[in-house]
Amino acid sequence: MNRYPLWKNSIVLVAVVLGLLYTLPNFFGEAPAVQVASVKSTHKVDAKLMAQVEDALKAASVVPQGIVLDLNSIRVRLVDTDAQIKARDVIEKALNPVAVDATYSVALNLVSNSPNWLTGIHALPMYLGLDLRGGVHFLLQVDMKGALTKRLDSIGADLRSLMRDKNIRHGGIGREGQSVVIRFREAETREKARAVLADNQPDLLLVDAQDGQDLKLMATLKPMAQTRIQEFAVKQNITTLHNRINELGVAEPVIQQQGADRIVVQLPGVQDTAKAKDILGRTATLEVRMVDDEASANPGIMEQAARGQPPMGTEYYVERGGRGLLVKKQVVLTGERLTDAQPGFDNQTHEAAVHLSLDSAGARIFKDVTRESVGKRMAILLIEKGKGEVVTAPVIRSEIGGGRVQISGRMSTMEANDVALLLRAGSLAAPMEIIEERTIGPSLGADNIAKGFQSTLWGFSAISTFMIAYYLLFGMVSVLALSANLLFLVALLSLLQATLTLPGIAAIALTLGMAIDANVLINERVREELRNGSTPQAAITAGYERAWSTILDSNVTTLIAGIALLIFGSGPIRGFAVVHCLGIMTSIFSSVVVSRAIINLIYGRRRKLEAVSIGQVWKPGLATK
Amino acid sequence: MEFFRIRKDIPFMRHALVFNVISLVTFLLAVFFLVNKGLHFSIEFTGGTLLEVNYAQAPDLDKLRKQMEADGFTDTQVQNFGTSRDVLIRVPLSKDAETSKVGERVMASLARVGAGGTATAGGMAADAPTLKRVEFVGPQVGKELASDGAMALLLVICGIVLYLAMRFEWRFAVSAIIANLHDVIIILGFFALFQWEFSLPVLAAVLAVLGYSVNESVVVFDRVRETFKKKRGLTTPQVLDHAITSTISRTIITHGCTQMMVTSMLVFGGPALHYFALALTIGILFGIYSSVLVASPLVMWMGVSREQFIQVKVEKQEAVV
Repeated sequence: MNRYPLWKNSIVLVAVVLGLLYTLPNFFGEAPAVQVASVKSTHKVDAKLMAQVEDALKAASVVPQGIVLDLNSIRVRLVDTDAQIKARDVIEKALNPVAVDATYSVALNLVSNSPNWLTGIHALPMYLGLDLRGGVHFLLQVDMKGALTKRLDSIGADLRSLMRDKNIRHGGIGREGQSVVIRFREAETREKARAVLADNQPDLLLVDAQDGQDLKLMATLKPMAQTRIQEFAVKQNITTLHNRINELGVAEPVIQQQGADRIVVQLPGVQDTAKAKDILGRTATLEVRMVDDEASANPGIMEQAARGQPPMGTEYYVERGGRGLLVKKQVVLTGERLTDAQPGFDNQTHEAAVHLSLDSAGARIFKDVTRESVGKRMAILLIEKGKGEVVTAPVIRSEIGGGRVQISGRMSTMEANDVALLLRAGSLAAPMEIIEERTIGPSLGADNIAKGFQSTLWGFSAISTFMIAYYLLFGMVSVLALSANLLFLVALLSLLQATLTLPGIAAIALTLGMAIDANVLINERVREELRNGSTPQAAITAGYERAWSTILDSNVTTLIAGIALLIFGSGPIRGFAVVHCLGIMTSIFSSVVVSRAIINLIYGRRRKLEAVSIGQVWKPGLATK
Repeated sequence: MEFFRIRKDIPFMRHALVFNVISLVTFLLAVFFLVNKGLHFSIEFTGGTLLEVNYAQAPDLDKLRKQMEADGFTDTQVQNFGTSRDVLIRVPLSKDAETSKVGERVMASLARVGAGGTATAGGMAADAPTLKRVEFVGPQVGKELASDGAMALLLVICGIVLYLAMRFEWRFAVSAIIANLHDVIIILGFFALFQWEFSLPVLAAVLAVLGYSVNESVVVFDRVRETFKKKRGLTTPQVLDHAITSTISRTIITHGCTQMMVTSMLVFGGPALHYFALALTIGILFGIYSSVLVASPLVMWMGVSREQFIQVKVEKQEAVV
């Protein structure tokens, strides 16, 4: 008899229920929402902010449909677009009291309309690619050689001041290609220099060379240091891009590293490429300036300054922690002199701190300034969007030489991390070039969805009609199995949140067109068994069993092609390959297991089965023509 | 309904030589077109800028071309895309540094034209095109895509040969891959002959077809193996004939179903999926032919015989358990 054990039926049932559950969110459509994200990496999006948003909305009597806090943003769902715009204004006002100096980006967005319990089990609608929802895609190439050259230039400057500090006479230091060359007159000084360099610059590989009369020391970066610098350059550029893109108010930007030296930036919904490019290429900088302590100590002047009338030659800033101070307009140092910023701890107090490294020119300036201004305060400002923010304003306790500066005080480890990131992120570590750009208008995206959907729908209907006409009930079961396949595929894509692109939709259609093969194989086999005189029950068993190894073999070969595409494909091909591979796997399950379960349900229990509805079975012996 | 009422095995193998000559001729023609005309690669491979713009009224393409030339774009292609109001513009890579700004410059140039004779009546604003899509691809990317595509093809070939050699026999593996590579070349030959645009989705289609038609050969080979084991006293050509005949109904129905889906894509999918569906169509049609009528004779020439499966049989039973 053709009966499935309970566990097999249960598996099919559970799979179908799960499939339905995870496909469900795709039918709810989307609701208007307001998305809040932090623009500055020093401010985190957390439960406290969520409460703030809630209070602000309550005060303005805007009733949100739901507020969700995820990793980096808060999303407020609203009834309609009117409420959405009102909520945006309310939240904007509450979070960013000073409009020009925004801390949080408040953007209009769409979120899935599916009920909370679905979102709770991570049942989300499919993630649409840019070609379906419209937006901008950039592929940026980080100039790795540029990163190394920049680094070598600053090493050259460091070496110059190191030689001077250690009183080693040299005949010139310069960068030649990918190495720094130091010239000497005597072999003795060269040996001395080598010892000093080995102690101070562990990243350098030192080689002796001779050029006529001159003795040379060629310093190149060790391979390990090179990779470190390059990785750092890409990471820093990504951080910088993050900071800049946040400012565009894009709801769900994608910024990812691709390969060793590339960065993908995807901005859904953005149409203005010119502005996007402008922002990607902009720089934010660090500035070190002196604080006007006398004026800052005078309450009268401060009061006036807070009202927007600072004394000549100074600017009024609010330090983190809330106290105002007056900073001189004259810039002591800019971020160009900064070579690195790392979070760490103060050696004595064990407080969280940020360690800055300056290049040699910067170090000299810093040393001179600190020597002259012991006991005074120095402000470190971050200039973003043409607006400055005082990150910290410490008191100078002693002369600081060597180009190593430490910022500490009133910082948590987290904040130290953020400040270091922010300082590093101020500018790009290496130049970048746009090597691929794609802009897709929103109408084209919607058009693509409609076309992809139409092709799948009509193809599916055609196949269904044919299968039912040709195989009758068995054809019906095959169509059900094919529908189950589509259900599983959409559920899997939603569950994995794989990006669905137009080639992806094409792959869904193609996979369905290919998946019917398994059912055709089975049905033909069953007919053949009947033709050879088997009883219906035996024909069903034999048909499924014999077809199985063929189905497996043919799917494995198709899968091999799919995997090759997945490994080597990029962009549109990848979208195709992901769906294709998933579809092959779901099709094996649905066309064999699911269809068998249904057939067993229909015919399996009947002991005396006379005939099955599989269409006409023509037997050569009794010509019925 | 039953389409296939076949009383006796069809003697396909008697005409094996004819089939092989036909496929050799098509293959050589395809190679000839490939060498002579070459593929018309999309900008994804060659690098360059592509713009798709939409006009309210059908524009005069010649005017657009002239204005573009006047603005210093040489060697651009301007053509309709889908409808007469949609225009596709391809600008090849140029040496100047600002390659990534080409898109904006083209739009500025187009705005100066307006849509043909009605420009005066509707005013410039109405006739300025709206941008639907821009793609810019730098030269580095194109080279990589080409080499990645070749690597993917190589991986598919090796993978399939290894799998078939393991599961069946090396003769089957080799003849299946030869038959289906010949499909790939023929698809490419069509693209060369008609100068259809060879883009990334087309490449994906070609590789998908490769996997798909191999599974066609697998179905036949599966039957061959089964027949060898079950029926004694048949000659190799008879076995092959029997295997092909008993699977022919399935072959045609399956391919018909897949083709229904692909035709639906061709009709409803719009220009974006056009060449993708076209490559699949050619692949499916030639796939039937080559996997059945090219691969099987090849197996025969290579001297497949019953003895090769008696040894396999022992292994197979273990493998199934």
